[in-house]
Amino acid sequence: MVRVLKLELRGITKRFGTLLANDHIDVVVEPGQIHCLLGENGAGKSTLMNVLYGLYEPTEGDILIDDKPVAFRGPGDAMAAGIGMVHQHFMLVPVFTVAENVALGAEPTKAAGFLNLDQTRQRIKEISDQYGFNVDPDALVEDLPVGVQQRVEIIKALVRDARVLILDEPTAVLTPQETDELLDIMRQLKSRGTSIVFISHKLREVKAVSDTITVIRRGKVVGTADPAASTTELASMMVGRAVSLTLDKAPAQPKETTFEVRDLTVVAPNGQHVVDHLSFHIRRGEILAIAGVQGNGQTELTEAILGLQERVTGSIVLDGKELVGRSVKEVLEAGVGFVPEDRKVDGLVGTFSVAENLVLDLYDKPPFAKGISMSPAKVMENAKQRIGEFDVRTPSAAAAAGTLSGGNQQKLVMARELSRPLRLFIASQPTRGVDVGSIEFLHRRIVAERDQGTPVMIISTELDEVMELADRIAVLYKGKLVGTVPAGTSRDVLGLMMAGIPPEEHTPEEQTPDGHSPVHHAQTPQAGTPAPASNAEGADHA
Amino acid sequence: MSTTVSSPRPGSPKPGGAGAAAPATVLAAKPVSWKTPVLLAVFALVSLVFFGFLAPRQTASFGISTGGDFFQLPALEINAFAGGIVLSVLLVALAGYAVFLKTKGQPAPGWLPVTFIVIFVAAFLIWVVGGARTPAISLAGLIAGSVTLAVPLVFGSLSGVLCERVGVVNIAIEGQLLGGAFTAAIVASMTKNAFIGLLAAAIAGAVVSMVLALFSIKYLVNQIIVGVVLNVLVSGVTGFLFSTVMQANKAQFNSPPGLDVIDIPVLSSIPIIGPILFRQSLVGYLMYVAVAVVWVGLFKTRWGLRVRAVGEHPQAADTLGINVNATRFWNVTLGGAVAGIGGSFFTLVAIDSFTKEISGGRGFIALAALIFGRWNPVGAFFAALLFGFADNLQSIVTIIGTPVPSQFMAMLPYLVTVLAVAGLVGKSRGPAASGIPYVKG
Amino acid sequence: MPDQQSPEHTPDAQPAPPPHDSQETAAGEQTAAAVAVDTAGGAMQPSAVPGTAQSGQLPGDSGTVLRRIFTGSGMVSVLAVLLALILGGLLIASTDKQVASTAGYFFARPTDMLAAVWNAATRSYIALFQGSVFNPRGNGLAAQFAPLMETLTIATPLITAGLGVALAFRAGLFNIGAQGQIIVAGILAAWVGFALHLPVGLHLLLVLVAGIVGGALWGGLAGLLKARTGAHEVILTIMFNYIALYFLRYLLNTPAFQRPGESNPISPILDPSAVYPQILGSQYRLHLGFILAIGATVLVWWLLNRSTVGFEFRAVGANPKAAQTAGINVSRSTILVMAIAGGLAGMSGVAQVAGTEKVLTDGVAATYGFDAITVALLGRSTPWGTFAAGLLFGAFRAGAVQMQIQTGTPIDIVLVVQSLIVLFIAAPPLVRAVFGLNPRRRKPARAAKSGQAATTGGAA
Repeated sequence: MVRVLKLELRGITKRFGTLLANDHIDVVVEPGQIHCLLGENGAGKSTLMNVLYGLYEPTEGDILIDDKPVAFRGPGDAMAAGIGMVHQHFMLVPVFTVAENVALGAEPTKAAGFLNLDQTRQRIKEISDQYGFNVDPDALVEDLPVGVQQRVEIIKALVRDARVLILDEPTAVLTPQETDELLDIMRQLKSRGTSIVFISHKLREVKAVSDTITVIRRGKVVGTADPAASTTELASMMVGRAVSLTLDKAPAQPKETTFEVRDLTVVAPNGQHVVDHLSFHIRRGEILAIAGVQGNGQTELTEAILGLQERVTGSIVLDGKELVGRSVKEVLEAGVGFVPEDRKVDGLVGTFSVAENLVLDLYDKPPFAKGISMSPAKVMENAKQRIGEFDVRTPSAAAAAGTLSGGNQQKLVMARELSRPLRLFIASQPTRGVDVGSIEFLHRRIVAERDQGTPVMIISTELDEVMELADRIAVLYKGKLVGTVPAGTSRDVLGLMMAGIPPEEHTPEEQTPDGHSPVHHAQTPQAGTPAPASNAEGADHA
Repeated sequence: MSTTVSSPRPGSPKPGGAGAAAPATVLAAKPVSWKTPVLLAVFALVSLVFFGFLAPRQTASFGISTGGDFFQLPALEINAFAGGIVLSVLLVALAGYAVFLKTKGQPAPGWLPVTFIVIFVAAFLIWVVGGARTPAISLAGLIAGSVTLAVPLVFGSLSGVLCERVGVVNIAIEGQLLGGAFTAAIVASMTKNAFIGLLAAAIAGAVVSMVLALFSIKYLVNQIIVGVVLNVLVSGVTGFLFSTVMQANKAQFNSPPGLDVIDIPVLSSIPIIGPILFRQSLVGYLMYVAVAVVWVGLFKTRWGLRVRAVGEHPQAADTLGINVNATRFWNVTLGGAVAGIGGSFFTLVAIDSFTKEISGGRGFIALAALIFGRWNPVGAFFAALLFGFADNLQSIVTIIGTPVPSQFMAMLPYLVTVLAVAGLVGKSRGPAASGIPYVKG
Repeated sequence: MPDQQSPEHTPDAQPAPPPHDSQETAAGEQTAAAVAVDTAGGAMQPSAVPGTAQSGQLPGDSGTVLRRIFTGSGMVSVLAVLLALILGGLLIASTDKQVASTAGYFFARPTDMLAAVWNAATRSYIALFQGSVFNPRGNGLAAQFAPLMETLTIATPLITAGLGVALAFRAGLFNIGAQGQIIVAGILAAWVGFALHLPVGLHLLLVLVAGIVGGALWGGLAGLLKARTGAHEVILTIMFNYIALYFLRYLLNTPAFQRPGESNPISPILDPSAVYPQILGSQYRLHLGFILAIGATVLVWWLLNRSTVGFEFRAVGANPKAAQTAGINVSRSTILVMAIAGGLAGMSGVAQVAGTEKVLTDGVAATYGFDAITVALLGRSTPWGTFAAGLLFGAFRAGAVQMQIQTGTPIDIVLVVQSLIVLFIAAPPLVRAVFGLNPRRRKPARAAKSGQAATTGGAA
């Protein structure tokens, strides 16, 4: 009954214009195997999978199923051949019910094209029971948590009788616990004969679940690896050279506290408290990293500091000045430098020139403007200087910023934000989607800013980055502070904290009602302190 | 935002990023806005003061039966002052209920604004008629006339529904109506057959729509630009051909046989309802059919599910093997055909020849009806009826001589639409996101 | 869609790629990225504003201008006009009697019909030219150039209203409301002109100010509603056009506005002190408004390219979220740009009541407000492009009158040609395909698809 399927990609090449996204890639997915495609952001993994799924036509090469070449003109053909895909960004219609989403594209109908969703509901229940998914077919997708939405995606593929399931970066939006559950589901699927192509750049998960690992770098297969291979080995294969997983940085020399958040609450348009009575502080010359799974209030926290959130209570004090209630412009003028999490959406104007982007928040200040009259010469002059200083690779200062690579765009944003004297530097996901070479550069600049005595706040969902940069780590869960721990706290403890479980060991400084106690600025963890109330609250949600 | 045309971008800039994560923490109900209760209260007070206290002390007479009716009902005689007070008190009560619900954190139910609008219109009508020189109108005639005037609006707004639900903004309704009107006239004249003219009108509307689809889907030209330009183009082409061809030989090219009113015996003699439902031209009957078919099609069939998916999240539809661009192309084309039929109303039913700009901006009122009706075929139908009512009332008030300038009546659909898009009317009704199409460049 | 397309892939993952290598890649990617740039963030729709033009003009990028004229939008614009004229000519020929009679024996002697087609089209276009630029039959040079002066006169309101639409485009807003803005401006300007009696100079100045303020209020109100409630400006401005029109019709039936002793809806004639002087003497209608239109063009150019306000407008237009994050007040920009746009359209209203018409009727705006949209689109939303487009469409309008008199070709042909031009300009691939200029064959469906990906996946 179980139809197993062997999938082979032979010599797949995909070009976009002159850009070579995939270069003669060969991959064989054996039946009933979890096959991992490991590679950095931008290595070409997703492009390859979109080719396999019929969304892109390969420039060259063949797809073979059970050793017979097939040609997919669209995802419909791929699905008919038994290939299912869970995209990194879910492909669910938010205003449809689960059943409608599952039915879409392969709708059971009565006469004359009338929908018969009962059949779909039945199938959802069957699959849901089989795998313990617990999904309500009549729930609206937009009301479901991310983890459940992902299960809906898997159901979509299973209803279509997928024999090969492609999972594209499926853990990016999950908590460590949800990730473990997903890995279990993957093993279950495998045991029932479904092959899985697992795309990831997270080495631990890859090692935990894969049968075979194919490493892709800059559009090429650079080799296969055994899941038993060491993390360092895999990392250097993925990046293409020996990587030092740690950043050389001098220990922090923290000075006085100049930035303090007290009892901050942000209410979303729907009434939810997305940031919930949050208190913390940052001292001059230290990096505080805010860790947590995506969507736990990090975005709203940075937006509240910047003045982009409307319903904010509590207090944000920088150099003794209250920032709550101020406009973005006033906050920036108070000396806040901000690198937003999504540079293309919030950080850059893609159609503007590099030079103009470099003055995006300085255009109306001297020397770039006198009154409302701007000086293009000064803008150009500034650009030439910054481009050199930050090693931004661009054809010219007049080139549109949208044409630069991700890493160079990020350098551009960073160059702009660090080009004026700062009293606080906030960088959200500073290296997301950036190649390794740029990551090192960007990290060094962040540390340099710290060493100049600026309080620095880093928001990152990548635990590696948090551990590398932070002098202290604050973990957010559902808008609440789970706790603040020193650098060097173990990955396991942080993982639990990200799921809302407070650490047994932590510094108590953030929990005093007035925000911090000046006594406990030690870098060492203080053992045996009882978990304060705010932490217990966080644990309730776990 | 949720009531606008452009906001429909659920899938767009960040399909996954923060957007995908948001539902994890965002589970609460939609927020309840103060806008609706406050606005209802304001309108209730306006009604109380103007239609109530300041009402003329005349008696307004509303004829219900017409001569040929099946049985005769006496005319409704209402003292303008008393009627105004009673209805205004009802409005105040409704507004108070909305405020009460708001304080309890609940949104006003969908029937509330609808009921409010109906009562407000009634109060207004009594006030207008009560203040006229001859305070008597035929209610039956007023309503039947409203339906007639609404016919092209309904077809136009259905065209809009079909296009926008699939993710293409249709500003070209005006052009589709005009193209349909012209083609119906010329083809019916040449073939001496109104039915062929009707068919030709549908094809003409579809052709206009195909240009919209071609440029917006294949060449990715901004849909609003194509729509605006198409209106000018159709206006130019029909105007040109009218001047050169039709005027040169009116008998041959511009005297179409009309589509007569088809009276369904007995049923058409029921007071008020009879003329509305059973005394219509073929185009009028088609209107009812079209509203029903589009509604059932959109919400009950496979086709509709796919259309809505394409309009809401085209990428999702694409990954499930649905051809997004083909779906869009054919739906937009279908929408054009529907509007084309609406256009034929001008030359085959209302007037028996074509003149320049015969559609007179009704395409834009249809667009307004579509928005006011929240991208729902039935909603659009009732919105179109309301605008048809305003249009008809405008000519009636000029005849009976009221103090309200007719220009303000003419302005009404546009004012109402501004209020609607500004989110001031009925924002609380239903999950707004369900009616929002996806618009891409 | 994270991995597809361009920027992320530039191979600077290498420790130290040679600089020229990086440059080459960027240049190569330009085609792929052009679509992405054109729709950056999904905020600005493609083709109303060319991606390359959204950036301010900075010194140092002139090297590419010449190349772009031949390969890019400049050439496409010329070809689009040509194509539209050809199609318009065919439409003229299709209703021509000579063509119809020769078509009867087309297969016997096709040249007859082709000649007839050519004659019909060229006759009309020659008349159009003579009516808009130079009339050789004119009595003396002054009369020969009279058509050109008429063109400039008609172009005046087109230019200023077009600038209003273009400016809004650059800020990412579709101002379909120039028509209403002209009307409201016309109402206020006319009232000041006929109801107040003030000294020469001051009176005209007040008329101008009243008109600009009227347009600015009407445009700004739409901007305010958009900024405060998020209502879409297209719907708002369309509705505002009709509201303004019916309001004008109402006013023209009130004693305050209706000319005494007149039953038609028409206002009194404006005081002589309230009208624009005719700058080239009384034999031409050309008035001071044209000079002001040139001034407005310069001003808009400066505003967009050399001022902080324009920088804000452009940033908001290209990526409102990034603009907001950089401290720009998007709401304020929206209101301000709509107000300025309305003010510019208001200048057209003044040009009408104080320049050409000298009275207020309900036809004060004619179709200038709608034509302004096509003018701005043809001008690709740049100030001087809009100026040139205004002159071109002004010439069409002026010449069409002469054309109708001479050849009987209805004025409506201008609408056809005008709208075709804009359609073609918005779709360069179509124009290039028609003229066989496509650089490389791409499968259309795929082309559309990649564009889609760029639009929707722009944030990836």
